[in-house]
Parts: sequence; C-alpha cells; structure tokens
Amino acid sequence: MIEIKNLSKTFTLHNQGGVIIPVMQGAELTVAPGKCVALTGASGAGKSTLMRMIYGNYLSAGGSILVGGVDVVTAEPREIMALRREVLGYVSQFLRVVPRVPTLDVVADPLLAVGVDSDTARDRARDLLARLNIPERLWSLSPTSFSGGEQQRVNIARGFAHTYPAMLLDEPTASLDAVNRETVLSLIEEAKAGGAAIIGIFHDEAARDRVCDREIDVSVYTPNVTKGAA
Amino acid sequence: MTPLLKVENISKFYGRRIGCKDVNFDLYPGEVMGIVGESGSGKSTLLNCLAGHLNPEIGEVLFEMRDGAMRDTVTMSEPERRMLSRTDWAFVHQHARDGLRMNVSAGGNVGERLMAVGARHYGNIRENAIDWLGRVEISDTRVDDRPSQFSGGMQQRLQIARNLVTGPRLVFMDEPTGGLDVSVQARLLDLVRGLVREMGLSAIIVTHDLAVVRLLADRLMVMKDGHVVETGLTDQVLDDPQHAYTQLLVSSVLQV
Repeated sequence: MIEIKNLSKTFTLHNQGGVIIPVMQGAELTVAPGKCVALTGASGAGKSTLMRMIYGNYLSAGGSILVGGVDVVTAEPREIMALRREVLGYVSQFLRVVPRVPTLDVVADPLLAVGVDSDTARDRARDLLARLNIPERLWSLSPTSFSGGEQQRVNIARGFAHTYPAMLLDEPTASLDAVNRETVLSLIEEAKAGGAAIIGIFHDEAARDRVCDREIDVSVYTPNVTKGAA
Repeated sequence: MTPLLKVENISKFYGRRIGCKDVNFDLYPGEVMGIVGESGSGKSTLLNCLAGHLNPEIGEVLFEMRDGAMRDTVTMSEPERRMLSRTDWAFVHQHARDGLRMNVSAGGNVGERLMAVGARHYGNIRENAIDWLGRVEISDTRVDDRPSQFSGGMQQRLQIARNLVTGPRLVFMDEPTGGLDVSVQARLLDLVRGLVREMGLSAIIVTHDLAVVRLLADRLMVMKDGHVVETGLTDQVLDDPQHAYTQLLVSSVLQV
C-alpha cells in the first residue's frame, strides 16, 4: 500500500547564508495493508520529516513514495488533493480548522468531501465524538475554544471519520488519559483490521508494542549534517 | 478531466514596467488557487488579465465554454466577454462598493444580476434574491435596505450573493477579506468555503494573507516583481518553501 524507495530530502535556507542541510538519504519503507509500522529514532532524526514527505507537505529531493499507486514525489497538486481526500489520512498533533465551524461538522467534513450524505456523515461523527468522550454539549461549538486535550481528541475523531486505506499518525496517544488512550488504540486496531496500512510515531512504548508490527529507526537514513555556503 | 482554465504565457506591461510576465497554469473544475505576494508583485494585474478587465500584451487565457470548447477570452469580442462575466464568471472586489450598486436595495443588487441573464418574473427574482441573502446570512428584513446602510462585512457578503446568484463556474476574488475585522473575516471564510464545496466552484483568490490561503486554497502561486517564483500544493509551499522569497514571506508572519 505504501512503498518508499531511495528517498532523500534537503533543506536550503536561502535567507540564512544559503545553508544546505541534507536531512534524509536512501530511505526505504514498505507497509502492507493491515500492517502498522512505527518510526523511531531520537528527536531530530527525521520521523516527522518523513511523515510530512509522505503526506506531500514536504518536497522530496529524490526517490519515490508510492501510496495506492500514486507517486507523491512527482504527483500534481490535484492528484495529491485527491489522494488525501480518498486514500491517505493524517492525524497530526495540531488541529487546524476554519474558525466558527461546529465540532460536529469539523469531524464530518472528511466524509462529506468524499460524497457521503450529510446524515450518515454526522451519525458517524457523533459516534466518534461520543467514543472519545467529547461531551455532547460541545458538539455544536467550534473546537478553537477547547482545551488542548479536547482539540487533540477532535482531531483524532476527524482523522478516523473516513476509513482511509493508508494512514499517518503523529503521536496519536500523546497526553491522553488512560480511558481515551485505550479508545484511540482500539480505533487503530479497527483500522488495521479493516485493511489500513499505517505509519505512526509513538513515544508511548506500550502503545507502540501493542499496535505496531514493525519498527524502523529513521536515524539510519539521516546523513551527517554538513554545511556549505552557497 | 480537462482544465476549466488554461493560462498560457500571460504578460502585461505598463510602458516599460512589468505588470506580470510569462504566467502559465491550468485550473481544474473544483480547484481553488491562491495567489500571494507583496503589494506591487503583480497579483492583481494578473487577476484582472484573467478576468478580462485588463488586456495582456502577450498570451492566451483559454476558458472552457459550456459546450466544452476552449475559447481564448483575450481575443474574444467585448460583448462575448461581458456575457461570460455575467454568466460563468464572478468577480469579488476587495472593496464591496466596487462590486455593488450602492444606491440600489440589497434585493435589487442580487436581482439585477439575474435580470442581466434574462430573468423577468418579479416574484421569482425577489424570492431568489431573498434565498441568496439568507445563504450569506443577511436577514430578509434587510432586503429593501441599501448597501450603504450595511456594515463592511455585510456589504462583502452581499457582494458574494450578487456574484454567485447566477451560478458561475469560476470566481475571481481580489483580497476578499481585506480590511475586515478578524471575526468578520472568519465568518466570511467559512461562508466562502461552504459555497465553493456546495456549488463545485473553481476559484482564484488573490491575497497577501497566508492564513486565508491556507484555509481556502488547494494550490498556491507566489509572485514577486511580476514573476511567478513558486507554485505547488498550498501546505507544501507554506511548510516547505523552496524559493528565497517564499521563505522570507513565510518566516515573516507573526505567530499568534
């Protein structure tokens, strides 16, 4: 489902003396449907960078990232938009929404985007919000005013609303209490059982051991930082 | 899928000064593209060339007509272009008063667009106008008031209703949230986003506000001194800018 070959990435900081920072070289990773792979490595090893490259936020310097047959490295913006809408989900650590939109609509939005009718989408959203213990009286309010933990759970509900065949999870259980952590882990297990290929970053070791089938240490793909003025 | 709009080598000069130069892109149905850059970067010049308000010296703007044929809107006759701007295109100005008739009622402003495309039944026009005012959250008790009696945010919403009532396929927006309070901006962004999805609109939005494009635009084009310096998926351009100018632009935004 997800197949990464010989992937590399450099950052060029034009406004800081043209410093070129190679951050990844020769990365290889394959995730089959129904499997979950954890990215590990010290802070700064490039876990989030790799994840953002897969999602298309970061431009790759070379190599290929096939997700459901689409090469993210060379795809047109509209192909990536379609991929994100239908195939590739991403639960980031931060919720980014249009202000004023009610929580229920924020969560139902990914379903509406793939053409699910409004009633079905909202039923699914209600179900997820209830499972993640967001009090019903908050559903009609915008999540922008919620606490950090509540925003994170809304973000997770939104990320799991549509059943994506491929998912990226950035610290989905960080700072959750035991009950909600358990809910998130079962959501991940359900997604795997449904055939989703998942790549995740988990600092929570117990969670990682429970849902992940394999670990990849990203630091083996991180070249030694060399600097050169351009 | 075929593009709705194909822009090829558009260049516009003001005497020896460059307005915009060698601009190329395709816009597909349902896509929203943002154009950002500082004042004087040529973004409004480009938008006005695309919308037929300015005549570019070089290049073609091919638009897919309802029969599927691609027509160059730069070289088509003025009446044809005017018809397109009433039926298939919409233009939302930064200052609502540039896009509204200030001495005509709110209902009249919306109804006038309908009459321009042939609607004649007064009852239907009024009903349609009230429906659209509702969609942009203007109460039906204000239908007979003039826009001059409206707040800035209401005027902007009225301008959007006037533009969208005829069911256009392509919307041009020039700084649609410029000069509005942030709370009013948020409401307008929410509204525009909903309408774009609901009506399957394609849109080109010129703004200098990176937060606006992050929320509204799928794709981004960055301009400087009349040239396009970078294009790509909106969050990719904002999160991993490649060009020196874009890096400067993104790093200059104040964090709230």
